[in-house]
Amino acid sequence: MRKYSVFAIAREALRHHTGWPQQWTNPEPQPAYDVIIVGAGGHGLATAYYLAAEHGVTNVAVIEKGWLGGGNTGRNTTIVRSNYLYDESAGIYDHAVKLWEGLSRELNYNVMYSPRGVMMLAHNIHDAQVFKRHIHANRLNGIDNEWLTAGEAKAFCPPLNISPASRYPVIGAALQRRGGTARYDAVAWGYARGAAARGVHILQNTEVTGIRRGMNGAVEGVETSRGFIGASKVGVVAAGHSTVVMDMAGVRMPLESYPLQALVSEPVKPVVPCVVMSNTVHAYISQSDKGELVIGAGTDQYTSYSQTGGLHILQHTLDAIVEMFPMFSRMKMLRSWGGIVDVTPDRSPILAKTPVKGLFVNCGWGTGGFKATPGSGHVFAHTIARDEPHPIAAPFTLERFRTGRLIDEAAAAAVAH
Amino acid sequence: MLLIRCPYCEEERPETEFRHAGEAHIARPADWSTVTDADFEAFFFLRANPKGVAYERWRHIHGCARFFNAARDTVSDKFIVTYKAGEKKPVVGSGK
Repeated sequence: MRKYSVFAIAREALRHHTGWPQQWTNPEPQPAYDVIIVGAGGHGLATAYYLAAEHGVTNVAVIEKGWLGGGNTGRNTTIVRSNYLYDESAGIYDHAVKLWEGLSRELNYNVMYSPRGVMMLAHNIHDAQVFKRHIHANRLNGIDNEWLTAGEAKAFCPPLNISPASRYPVIGAALQRRGGTARYDAVAWGYARGAAARGVHILQNTEVTGIRRGMNGAVEGVETSRGFIGASKVGVVAAGHSTVVMDMAGVRMPLESYPLQALVSEPVKPVVPCVVMSNTVHAYISQSDKGELVIGAGTDQYTSYSQTGGLHILQHTLDAIVEMFPMFSRMKMLRSWGGIVDVTPDRSPILAKTPVKGLFVNCGWGTGGFKATPGSGHVFAHTIARDEPHPIAAPFTLERFRTGRLIDEAAAAAVAH
Repeated sequence: MLLIRCPYCEEERPETEFRHAGEAHIARPADWSTVTDADFEAFFFLRANPKGVAYERWRHIHGCARFFNAARDTVSDKFIVTYKAGEKKPVVGSGK
């Protein structure tokens, strides 16, 4: 891997940029690997990267039915935050934020992590009480989160409408200053480049069609559209398709897959300096460095694998955006898209060993997986390499739906995750 | 937006009149005292979540307010058939 630096740019500038190497290759599959990761999204690539970089496991293949980073990694609203209520969630999401802070340097790849602040609006007494409880819980876990009055919220985000005459007036906000955004495709590419440089094979356009298990039930490898590939350890990181892939090994999952939509506006000059979220009117918004407003909607009500959703969901979201920011009422929306998110009953992820020997699963990130990408890959790589859960991943078992030891962010976090 | 035929009202109405109500044909245990943790997990948490034909409950909440069942393709989102609650599960396409 050629290191990116100001000297490299200067050198290439003198020879018309003819010397940049490919960031990763498209190798032919080997007959077998030590570890196979199913799914080359952010979480899967991060898992492969940390397997190679931190655990010395480099004989790894990441198998992807489409192109890398082409699923939810390329379809989200790039919000990073860790202000979750429960200790277990705070543990994993803040682990991720700490990795985000040094990620560009770690990968030698600019992931454009921008801790511009995530502000969550309170519109009623219940919101205010819940957010204050979150703030105190976060502080006990060493996570920054602070209460702002409506006036302070307006000062932090000037286009915000705090008129008491609003239908849902803003009465305050919770602000996590370390939260922010990152560049989604740079995250996938940075991890892919770092993993490939350490010997990981990224097999794109290769669909897993089956998981082969031996006489003793243990995993022996995967059937793919390019033939059988052996491995004694398989990690499934397939997001919305986790149920489909785990079915191949005969493991039923507590998951349902829903469409989640987002949209962007025409690009405009800098106007929204932070991330603003509102669970009550249900919308979230930030502005990309290109100038587009990036707006997240909610899930559709029905399960689907269609990667598209209903227009009325987007309209509802834009109603909320215009309520919060009346100045955007004449903004044109350029594009909308949908991803398929796998949702667990308690809205917390599953990062675990499974009843099948050698089969590991990292799924259930629901509507908010992007923020966890580095932390998820980091602890999942540990879980696979050591064959035992990383302490941060330990509570996120598959068995919790049998034992009842849920991590019920569904009840704690209202709507948006 | 989906167009959904309510089998009670016998007409197609827009999705916003309806509420999705989860997987259909999940039998509630008759005797809770004999239900193991594994049985409860399967009943309460594990879901088919199929890519293909899904059997699911819907409620015509802003119409007749009644629950009914549907078979729908989760790839195209097209409804194959809707039928009244209590009617036998129809076998269609890849549905199980």
